[in-house]
Order: sequence, then structure tokens, then C-alpha cells
Amino acid sequence: MFEKEREFVKCLLIMILALSLVGCGEQNPNTIVGQEKAESVNLTGAGSSFVYPLLNQQIEEYRKNNSNITINYQSTGSGAGIKQVSEQTIDFGATDGPMTDEQLRAAKGGHLLHIPLTLGAVAVTYNIPNVPKDLKIGPTVLADIFLGKITNWNDQKIATDNPSVSLPDSKITVAHRSDGSGTTYIFSDYLSSISSEWSSTVGKGTSLNWPAGIGGKGNSGVAGIIQQTSGSIGYLELAYAIQNNLSYAMMKNKEGKWVTPSLQTTSAAAAAATIPDDMRVSIVNALGADAYPIAGFAWALVYQDQKDKAKGTALVNFINWAIHDGQALSEGLHYPKLPSNLVSREEGLLKSITFQGQPLMK
Amino acid sequence: MSKKRKLKVSMGDQTLRLLTLLMAISVLVLMVWMGWQMFDAARPSIQKFGLGFIIGRVWDPVKEQFGALPFIYGTLVTSLLALLLAAPIGLGVAIFLNEMATSKFRVVVGFFVEMLAAIPSVVYGLWGIFVLAPWLRETVEPGLAKWLGFIPLFQGTPIGFGMLAGGLILAVMILPTIAAISREVMAAVPDMQREAALALGATKWEMIRVAVLPYAKSGIMGGIMLGLGRALGETMAVTMVIGNRPDILLSLFSPAYSMAAVIANEFTEATYDLYLSALVEIGLILFGITLLLNFFARILVWSVARGPKGGNLV
Repeated sequence: MFEKEREFVKCLLIMILALSLVGCGEQNPNTIVGQEKAESVNLTGAGSSFVYPLLNQQIEEYRKNNSNITINYQSTGSGAGIKQVSEQTIDFGATDGPMTDEQLRAAKGGHLLHIPLTLGAVAVTYNIPNVPKDLKIGPTVLADIFLGKITNWNDQKIATDNPSVSLPDSKITVAHRSDGSGTTYIFSDYLSSISSEWSSTVGKGTSLNWPAGIGGKGNSGVAGIIQQTSGSIGYLELAYAIQNNLSYAMMKNKEGKWVTPSLQTTSAAAAAATIPDDMRVSIVNALGADAYPIAGFAWALVYQDQKDKAKGTALVNFINWAIHDGQALSEGLHYPKLPSNLVSREEGLLKSITFQGQPLMK
Repeated sequence: MSKKRKLKVSMGDQTLRLLTLLMAISVLVLMVWMGWQMFDAARPSIQKFGLGFIIGRVWDPVKEQFGALPFIYGTLVTSLLALLLAAPIGLGVAIFLNEMATSKFRVVVGFFVEMLAAIPSVVYGLWGIFVLAPWLRETVEPGLAKWLGFIPLFQGTPIGFGMLAGGLILAVMILPTIAAISREVMAAVPDMQREAALALGATKWEMIRVAVLPYAKSGIMGGIMLGLGRALGETMAVTMVIGNRPDILLSLFSPAYSMAAVIANEFTEATYDLYLSALVEIGLILFGITLLLNFFARILVWSVARGPKGGNLV
């Protein structure tokens, strides 16, 4: 018994010693000698997976000149972003689908502002053997394909718009998103605006009751289905379509012109659209000769009345940088730039953000 | 024994008993608590749809109309298909490795069979999208349609993604479970049983059938039920190949949707309360189905274990 007690006490002493050493090792980073004593701010955001690549780059770039501000963004999906910012568990959210009036009323921290961070285009991608890029698909034809009414590629309605293309006699396999997504929202928003049948039977939303087709998880899931299945058609964020070398179709915009999705045509859609003061607007089927009809915004969701001065100031400064200098990172990642007339209006929104009645941005 | 002589129970033993009792109770408490939390979260949906949720066929988040039948159908069909494929093959693998293979072969092949269980679900899914689905679409499904096309199970346009792909992937995933457990229980059969059968003039197959399998019956069934449990809950691999279409169609070539897949796909974007609680209710139904199947499996194993060991095999 004596031996066992000795061993036990020895172990206990060693454990206490080890723990105290670990405790001594930690240092408060804010008091390391030699570093500037700037107040460190921690911001958390969550939401749209679409903006994640761009936002992540912008956060890293911003940190180079503002090392005291740490921003953590998690791409959990637009719905989760809206929910969390309403519950005030995060400092800002990001979404591809604008919040409804009901959701805005349910937000616990007061009035939420929608501040456009970037634009996105939805490309209609297809995989038809021997048919290269730029197949022309008109609005009613697109709706009919996704409604399951046109089931074969050599259907007369598709052939009429493409007289010089030899379309095969094969079944159309429709691919869509199985997970809830802002891309689906923008796409269904467009289909609802050009087809009353779509609007009444399916409607618009991040998750839909699709009349036809199979679902793939994420943009990558849909891209995978299209790459593997000959005769398939689906919709993807433009960046994915470009990066995966998929063929995408030309769409007919509101002015009757055939437009290819690109950074320029997407920016044109935003520039020509009439944007209300709260910026919760859909820009599908926008006016403008060069406008691509299936485009949408991705917004940051920020409370107008901030509860923490340091965090509020950091957030406002970051978003201000992101919509100005941060746009330089857009094109490299296949995101269109925000049009300049919109950016100046966004500054107005940012200036309206206050802490205890005082505006945070000068 | 005199009542005055109490058995001296040591402190250590009493503490052990208390501790392990707490652990056992905590598992029970955890399960009841989980069930209760899910029921609570699913309440708005249960109140709105009632029993109609289980037989409802429409899943429309835009029109706020939810029904779970397509998902229950997809889950059960793919799991059943996986079981029908994996159980005989797993048993075959176990019989070969235990009764017939040389020891080196047994070690190497046994190792690889068990490695199948270690492959992550997502990797199976990726393999499914890029290898299995095209193979099914180009070769297997047209072949089945040509030779067995009179059966409604094999009719329709082959797209690769669908219940057949889901069932096949699940079969590969539950194979190692069934094989490993069957091997264990078969190895536990005493050699005397085998020798007795052989001594009476049985062939190898007769020996296995008469002496080994009846003895191992209940354990093998337990292994199969474990595999079924895994198949019911498998999410990622299934959602990547099943086509994610909430339809109830007879043909195995057609796309379907499973309960675990719809929860994983739509949970983060469930933007309103009814939607969220409908998804939780699907989780509750899956929880319930799993418990029910395990319960029946237990009864089955118990009734089989009561039977004679060795001799007649039905």
C-alpha cells in the first residue's frame, strides 16, 4: 500500500507541474513588447457560399493593412446567414436572395440593411455532343425544358432559334440543385418573370418542387452531372461554368438581343436596373442592350444601429473598402465589378449606420 | 447463509457499480432526450400536417406543402436493395475467408475487405458520380433493360443516377460490416462441430451448411441488421448518386430521394419555421424507423438463437 501511495503522489505532482508550465507559456498577444498597441477587433460573418471565394480574398487582402481586424466568414448558405444575423449570433450576414418583409420584421437587432457586395450571373450549361458553345435558348424554350414539356434536343422550338446547329435526337436530362441555394433563387426568379406557368406551378425560392430533372449537391454536384451525362442541361454560377470548361447558352434579354453570360454583360444588367433605396431588388430580365437576363446581387446584411462601436466601425470600414478597392480582386475570380453609380449610393447606406445615434463612417 | 453475516463489499466495487450504472442510464437519457428535442422542434409541422405527413407525396417549400412518403420510399428501397446484394456476398466472403482460404490469402484479403469500411462516405460519392453512374448508364442499365425489360423494375430511360446506383453504393459500404461480423461468429464455432460433420461423410459445403451456419445464424443476422442500420442513415454517398428527386416510381433506373439526403441538402437554407420543423420531422421519422427495425431485428435474432444449434437448417 505504501508503494502505491508514493506512486500516486508522484503522478499528481508531475501533473501539477506540467499544468503550471503550460499556463506560464501562454502570453497575451496584445502585450507583446514591440508591437503597436492597436485595439484588436473580431468580426464574424456567415451566409452565402456564392460570395465566399471573393469575400475570403478580400478579407485576407484587407488584413494586410489592418492587422488588428480579424474577420471570420463561414459559407453556411444564405438561409443560415439570414437566420443567424436575425438572431444576432453573428456580426454580419451575406445572402444571394433578398430577405422578405416578414424576415426583416423578425430580425432581433432592429433594421437590417442590404448592401450589395458583388454580382453573380447564372449560366445555363449543357453537354450535347458536337454542339459547341453559344447554343441559343429563348425564354419560353428554357421554361418549357425545365418544366419537362420539351424532352428532346431536336425539338422544333430549340431548332428554330439555332438554324445552323445540328441537334441530336436524344433525350434532355435536366440537372438542378438539390440543396437550397441563392443560384436557384436567381434562376427561378428569372423563370417566374418570363413564364406565368412557371410562376404559378413552381414559383421562386432557394429550394423548389422541380417538375423535372435530377438534383446535384452544390454547384460542383450539378457540374459533375453535366460533365458525365451526355444530353444534359443545368444551371451554374458563371464562375463554375468557366472553370470547368462547360458550354453555356446565349440568352435573349428583355430587348430581344442574344447575350452571352460574362462579367461585362452582368455588370450591364446591374447598371441598367432601377434600384430602390433599400437595394432589395431583383435584376433578372433587366433592361439594357447588353444586359444578361439571369443575374443577381449578393448582399451583406448589416444592422443599421450597431451595438458595439469598435466592431461597427471596423465593419463599416471593411465594407467600404470592399466595394471600392476590394473590387480590384473581382475579375481575377470571375466576379463582375459593381457599377460605379451603385457604389456611390452604397456609400450613402454605409453613412447611415450609426452607434448611439452617431454615424460611424465619416 | 445467516442474515447476520453481511458480505463486505469494497468501496471500489461500489463506486464501479455506481459509475457504470450512471453511464448506462446516461445513454438511455440521451436517447430519450434526443427524441424529445426532435419532437419539440417538429411540433409546428406535426400540428399542421398530422398523419398526412407520412403519406403525403408533395414536397414544395415554395407553397409550404410537405410530405415524407417519397423519402421513406427512397430510403427503404435503396437500403433493401443494398441488403439483398450485400448479405449473400458478405456471407460468401466470410465463408471463403474462414473455411477455404490459405492463411496468407485470408490475412491480405481480409485486410482489404475491412479497408472498405474505412473509406469516407464522400469518396464513395465521388466514385459514384464519376465511375459508377456512367458505367450504369452506358453498360449495366441498357443491358438490364434488354434482357429483363419485361419486369417493371428495369424499365425507363437509363440516366445512371437513381435507386440502382444508390443501392449499389450502399451495398459496397455495408459489405465490410456484414463480412467482418459473419467471420467473427463463424470463427467462434467450435472445430469439433466441423470435424463431426466431416467424420459423418459430409462434403465441404454440407459441413458448412449443417455445422457452421446454424451455429452462427443469430450472429450473422445481427451483422446484417447492423449493416441495414448503416444503410438507412448513410447520407453523403447516397445524395451524390440517387438523383435527389422526390418521386415514387417503380423502376430502379429512376431517381429518388432519401430521408438523410433531404435533411443534409435543405437544412441550411430552411428559411422559415414550418420548413425547418418539416425537416426535423423527417429526422424524427428516420429515428423512429431505425429504432423499429432494430427492435424487430432483436426479436428475430432472439428467436433464431433459441432454435437448435446444428442439425437441421431450414
